[in-house]
Amino acid sequence: MLIDVNKCVACANCVPVCPMGAIYIDPAIQRATINQDECVECGTCFRGMSQEHLNPTVVRAVRKVARMFRFRFEPEPDVCPTSAFVMNELQMPRLVRQVFSDPVVEHKSTGIKGRGTEEVKTNDVNPRVGVGEVGYTIEFGRPGVGVRFRDIQEMSIELAKLNIRFEEKNPITHLMTDKSVGTIREDILEEKILSAIVEIKTTLAEVEAVLSTVEEVNRRIDTVTVVGISTRCDDEGEETHLAGLLEELGYGAERAKTNMGLGRLTNLEAA
Amino acid sequence: MTNTLHRYGSSSSFRDDFILFCIPSPGRNDQGAVERQKAFLRICARHRPVNMGNGNRGSYKPERHLDPRSHWNRDHSPDWEGVIAEVKKPGTVAAVFDSKAKAEACLKEVISADLGLSVNLSTSVSGAREVAQCCGIPRHSVEYSLGFTDPHDHLPNSQVLHLATMCGHGMVSFNMARKMLDMVREGRRTPEQAVATLARFCPCGVYNPARARRLLEESRRQSG
Repeated sequence: MLIDVNKCVACANCVPVCPMGAIYIDPAIQRATINQDECVECGTCFRGMSQEHLNPTVVRAVRKVARMFRFRFEPEPDVCPTSAFVMNELQMPRLVRQVFSDPVVEHKSTGIKGRGTEEVKTNDVNPRVGVGEVGYTIEFGRPGVGVRFRDIQEMSIELAKLNIRFEEKNPITHLMTDKSVGTIREDILEEKILSAIVEIKTTLAEVEAVLSTVEEVNRRIDTVTVVGISTRCDDEGEETHLAGLLEELGYGAERAKTNMGLGRLTNLEAA
Repeated sequence: MTNTLHRYGSSSSFRDDFILFCIPSPGRNDQGAVERQKAFLRICARHRPVNMGNGNRGSYKPERHLDPRSHWNRDHSPDWEGVIAEVKKPGTVAAVFDSKAKAEACLKEVISADLGLSVNLSTSVSGAREVAQCCGIPRHSVEYSLGFTDPHDHLPNSQVLHLATMCGHGMVSFNMARKMLDMVREGRRTPEQAVATLARFCPCGVYNPARARRLLEESRRQSG
């Protein structure tokens, strides 16, 4: 992401908008500036802000006069008055920042849209997690912290030592050089992204080991994690095995995503 | 692609947060899915949602050519028809409801429509179980959120987290949520204006303006 210095009027509306806090007003040039190392190319500034197309010279003059009289200008807080943001074409390895951070961009580097997969959202038509099995989405960096691939690799290497399977269609799995040990492509390890999801599957017997490994590794890597853990309900729609185990292990689950089982195969070849 | 699982809050704080979403699976039920997704959204729109989205835009949307006069009279109303019309290819579509009764009524109509697409409900664990029971269907699968783990103290206070995590892709920054909390407390924005501002940053349309308004009003009362 770039800011056109000829258009920017240093209104600072974009400063709080950035999820990574990577935008600031540079006092030397009196323009909004992006810390490119911290920027994750999520596009929130470019896409999330509404845009006006005002004349920058006129806006600067008005702002200068208002400042002289200590007037407080109260614009809409989510507007870039001069459309100063420019979304530039990115190349690898920086491209991975955009595909993992911008939710409306497809994963061209991995061939998959989104940070994860269908998980159990389509488990009723695409069985991925069965009764007695457990699916995990281990997410890094969100909310508002971000993560570098080197830290994700630290987790994937530790997880690979357990009796787990990495989800084949997950974008992070695609970027692994060796799935048996959890290593990730060397050229992207220092790239920072807003968030990423490692997906694995185990049986109920491995839940405690996986969750304690995630907690232990999280203490070593400088980011936040959040775990989603899923399973199949029984024929009556009840799920007591995983919920009971989580309670036993001291994990309180307040929220859940529940597949209501309304999907069916409708494509001709699938049906 | 909606990411509604990891919203910050206790079970009771999700009493006005019910997200129904429908998703096709490539190679299984994605043929002709666009029309069925639109049908899903039309059903949802009849049950008074507080937001809707199609994966690329929500009913609150930033404007590419904003008229400068709009600073004085900006339109903060949701655009349901725009969301439905812009479903162009198979993907996740979603609707947000602010009560269990609305979610139940909507799900009953979705069941009757027999769209053949997977339908998920994101809310509290107990809330989803009650809705399924009321509609007379067994839950198929469930994914629990175990909550955020933050051993390095990166995360801000709970008021900011409640507001920011309602965009599951992290497009609502902590600083923007904080700014809206401050602007409402200072009387510089109404809660309605503040939630519309926040909702416009969520491109999937799953931000819950009703819950956000309640949280902003609670925050203002606590300050008073």
